[in-house]
Amino acid sequence: MAKLELSEKDKKLFTTQLNEILRYFRKIDEADVKDLEPTYHVMELKNVLREDKPVPPLPTKQALQNAPEKEKDYIKAPKIV
Amino acid sequence: MKPYQLTVQETVEKTRAGELTAKEAVYSLYDRIEEYEDTLNAYVTLTKEKALKTAKAIDAKRKRGRKLGALAGVCLAVKDNICIKDVKTTCSSRMLANFIPPYDASVTEQIKREDAIIIGKTNMDEFAMGSSTETSYFGPTKNPWNVKRVPGGSSGGSATAVAAEEAVAALGSDTGGSIRCPASFCSVVGLKPTYGLVSRYGLIAFANSLEQIGPVTKNVHDCAMLLQVIAEHDPKDSTSVKTKQTDCLKHFKTTIRGLRMGVPKELLGEGTDDKVEKAVWDAVLKLEELGATYQETSIPSLDYALPAYYLIAMSEASSNLARYDGLRYGYRAVGSLWSEVFAKGRRTGFGAEVRRRIILGTYALSTGYYDEYYLKALKVRTLIRKDFDRSWKKFDVLISPTMPILPFKIGEKISDPLALYLCDIDTVSVNLMGGCAISLPCGFASGLPIGLQIIGKPFDEASIIKVAHTFEQNTSHHKKKPAWH
Repeated sequence: MAKLELSEKDKKLFTTQLNEILRYFRKIDEADVKDLEPTYHVMELKNVLREDKPVPPLPTKQALQNAPEKEKDYIKAPKIV
Repeated sequence: MKPYQLTVQETVEKTRAGELTAKEAVYSLYDRIEEYEDTLNAYVTLTKEKALKTAKAIDAKRKRGRKLGALAGVCLAVKDNICIKDVKTTCSSRMLANFIPPYDASVTEQIKREDAIIIGKTNMDEFAMGSSTETSYFGPTKNPWNVKRVPGGSSGGSATAVAAEEAVAALGSDTGGSIRCPASFCSVVGLKPTYGLVSRYGLIAFANSLEQIGPVTKNVHDCAMLLQVIAEHDPKDSTSVKTKQTDCLKHFKTTIRGLRMGVPKELLGEGTDDKVEKAVWDAVLKLEELGATYQETSIPSLDYALPAYYLIAMSEASSNLARYDGLRYGYRAVGSLWSEVFAKGRRTGFGAEVRRRIILGTYALSTGYYDEYYLKALKVRTLIRKDFDRSWKKFDVLISPTMPILPFKIGEKISDPLALYLCDIDTVSVNLMGGCAISLPCGFASGLPIGLQIIGKPFDEASIIKVAHTFEQNTSHHKKKPAWH
């Protein structure tokens, strides 16, 4: 799901470490949060709007400057199917 | 005094008065960097040529009789997760080792506009995930008070640079204590602004709902000066707030008489070093002597702050870091099919701690575990906010240690992630509730620094700065310089 390859060594080490961490996280089970709403965000913002003013876009050359693989003015993607 | 020894305030005054040229300042700082950088490793990238070019422009501007900005000639270091146009910005990760942003972060624009000089990008824990600056792809930064020890993290490079006077001041970022922790471990001042006060545009995201950019400085006045420049509404960050500019500097002369301090027992709990506890109580008594009142208090939900913080931060991180596929930017692996290219690239590009957090965050957000972990953590966050709201009815500020322990040895905790997480116990709740907090020097034990944390309610930077400044003016801890060399 996270698209993260793991070596056998990683798998072994992470299993122990992550289990220990998750065990600790279970501490929140004790908290009484009945009737409480979740706080996704500290600021209760809704639809922050601004005027839609056009500004010059990033030039293509700069927009592509960090792409490891490209061809002409395109980013080259690996095979999908 | 040599230019590198000056504060922000002194540099600005001297530069404006023509007693110091920006060029002299840059050369002085670089002499210092060249002498100590091999030992300390505070920087990932140095930008001497660009700095000299900026300095030349500032000096020319002064000669023409134009008024110089609020940070005139100040040599600043910037954490390597804040974008600077055409300067490598790596997040101390192999994933972004060659990334050159085509734009400036808003804070970068602001400090440039005020005639500051950026002298380099500072080392950090990879993607700001850590409390020791040991997870950097470019090797650990050393604590200038004892080079065998960690400088704290994740803004360890910024704090080290300021403490060792390799920069006059610096910018860091704080998601769960990443400015305050290294400020404490390196005996400098660090402030985490209220969520929404400073623009996050151009800050490479780790956990959006928690993080803020903030100053790392030699004293409280400098901290307020730098904050003044970066606290500005930004239409490019929809969570940036339109607030009246918090004029922190004007509160400096007001008294703390009658100011109410609360000392939450949960932040001085089990695991707090006796010497740290004593230094913090000494500071509380000192502030009482200076006119404030104090009362011990309890915020029970703080017991759940650490697991709730880590669950939320990891969940947000797993989502944020999904963008690193090596196509538009970042490390790209060789392979035939897309899934292979992505999975291999992310394995090689990310270090162990980043991978651990992506896995845990993905797990906490996945169907079947979402309610149990992520949603529950968000509800605990509400509980913590409500508890803090109740505290603000009784107190103006809350006082605690910044870190429960003294700076530890490099390598001591790195193989035990949970032990490292536990160090953040006193700082994370401020990010969860969205308020502000400052860390400043309050003593030493065995030659190692101790930091005092002063917590304030959202948008009340003025109070914490006032308390911090009063404490600093009546103590001498901040005047001590590391003598390791």
